[in-house]
Amino acid sequence: MSTRIPLPYTPKVLELFKNPKNVGSLSDASIVAKAGSPACGDMIRLYLKVSKKNNEDYIEKITFESYGCAANIAAASILTEMVKGKKMSEAWKITWKQIADELGGLPPIKFHCSILAVGALKRAIRAYYTKQGKHPPWLPKSLSLEEKQTMEEEELIEKLYSKYLKYNTKTG
Amino acid sequence: MSVKDLLKLHGKPIREVYFDHENSGWVPPEIVEAMLPYFNIKGYGHPSITHKPGWEAYEVVYETKELVAKTLNAENYEQIVFTHSGTEANNLAILGTVFANKHGKGKIVVSAIEHLSVIFPAEWTRKNLGFKVVRIPVDEEGFVDPDILAAYIDKDTILVSIQMVNHEIGTIQPIKELVKVVKDINPNTIFHTDAADAYGKIPIDVKEINVDLLTISSHKILGPKGVGALYVGPKVKLESIIHGQLSTEKLWPGVENVPAIAGFKKAVELTFTSFEKNISKIRKLRDKLLKGIINNIPDVLVNGPLGDKRSPDNVNTSFLYVEGEAVTVELSLRGMYVSSGSACTSRILEPSHVLLAIGRKHEEAHGSILFKITRYHTDEDIEYALEQLTEAIGRLREISALKPYK
Repeated sequence: MSTRIPLPYTPKVLELFKNPKNVGSLSDASIVAKAGSPACGDMIRLYLKVSKKNNEDYIEKITFESYGCAANIAAASILTEMVKGKKMSEAWKITWKQIADELGGLPPIKFHCSILAVGALKRAIRAYYTKQGKHPPWLPKSLSLEEKQTMEEEELIEKLYSKYLKYNTKTG
Repeated sequence: MSVKDLLKLHGKPIREVYFDHENSGWVPPEIVEAMLPYFNIKGYGHPSITHKPGWEAYEVVYETKELVAKTLNAENYEQIVFTHSGTEANNLAILGTVFANKHGKGKIVVSAIEHLSVIFPAEWTRKNLGFKVVRIPVDEEGFVDPDILAAYIDKDTILVSIQMVNHEIGTIQPIKELVKVVKDINPNTIFHTDAADAYGKIPIDVKEINVDLLTISSHKILGPKGVGALYVGPKVKLESIIHGQLSTEKLWPGVENVPAIAGFKKAVELTFTSFEKNISKIRKLRDKLLKGIINNIPDVLVNGPLGDKRSPDNVNTSFLYVEGEAVTVELSLRGMYVSSGSACTSRILEPSHVLLAIGRKHEEAHGSILFKITRYHTDEDIEYALEQLTEAIGRLREISALKPYK
């Protein structure tokens, strides 16, 4: 079996994998968003409860569910901790690199886990304002790096799968 | 990033059970003991040099070849070529056959579920030498259809390589029948079988199955890493694929790993002492684990065939709604060591090609876990494994973003 754990994780990843924070669904979520797919073997769903304070939108509560590797679970967990209680406009600024750094680093092959986590968050923020029919000035119209890469990963797996089917029946 | 810190946090679990003998494993003390003298007491010389430490080294290399030849019912020790791994033996079989082929062209047929050390060298000849490479499909249990195989054999087919036992899903291929199918159409076609996972698990008789080349590997039978071997039948012409100063081996230059070969010898002796008894014990434990998983845990798929067509040591199941890499880490924290065919445990984004070839969907392959049983496992090990596995899958399903555990 081609089963190679690529590189050792940092203690932080293992710790969060053991005891993830903010796990589960939110019954009073304002918005739910997911990134990744079962076929990727990597999927994160985020539940956000958004509330207003001094005319600003805040992430009052945030939880996650994860179908994925240990790094995926750890990345989603640390993301929820980092944006909980933050203004939506501030949460938007978070990058996949910050998540990876906060985890004490990730093996390069696991970078996509933190990209996926941030991708899910940015999708949630965007979806929230679409649902509200509003567009705050700080929210860019074009997709962020993480949203783009998340989409690419979801599309890539479809390509790989069809390529595989073709390859396996090819003779020559 | 310090592995030391990671291991410190991981800690030593109260109880440890190792099931990842597919990838490698621990070596029993009696085998280690058999290796030790060859580091500095005797036979530490080069086996092809004419002095006492050299002759002592030669003796253990020779005796091991004799023993291996006997267990395979090969004609003589000269038919056994030592390499430094099963991967190297597979490469020698594929590339050595191709390089010895005078026409410089032809067709190679392999099954879709071969080990990558067979598929990749075959693909290399396609890309670099213009050989035609056919990967024939297998059914949902991993079996090659003899009629499909026959359809791809013709006068240009120089080599067929089909595994005796699949390393992931344990399918025991009817090699004798497949060899006959091939030889009836083209008697000159070389038939190689990768028997790394068959050796020591099912009886092998190279004369009876009429195979030309056969790969085995030391660490697959609890021997040390660093020794593989290729059986080379009487009619086969092979060209060396690595070059350097010859030792006792014409086809594999470089100094033999003599201490590891001494360990391999002990591993062979232990494997073939009370062979039937050990295998029936392993098979019972396999069935206990398999039944336990099916009874204790919902939404499980068994990968590969059941009963006598499955290797006695192999358990491979897919746990739906969880990802295999997370399962290997979760189980590790519980002192249980397994591997997965998930994409996350490979260096590419794709899951196991074996599981995809038997028709598993990506998400089914991602949740696959492979266990290999040895004669050292006990009933208590299996019970502990079932207990830990049930809890581990339960915890990860609770976190899971997939239905119906969401």
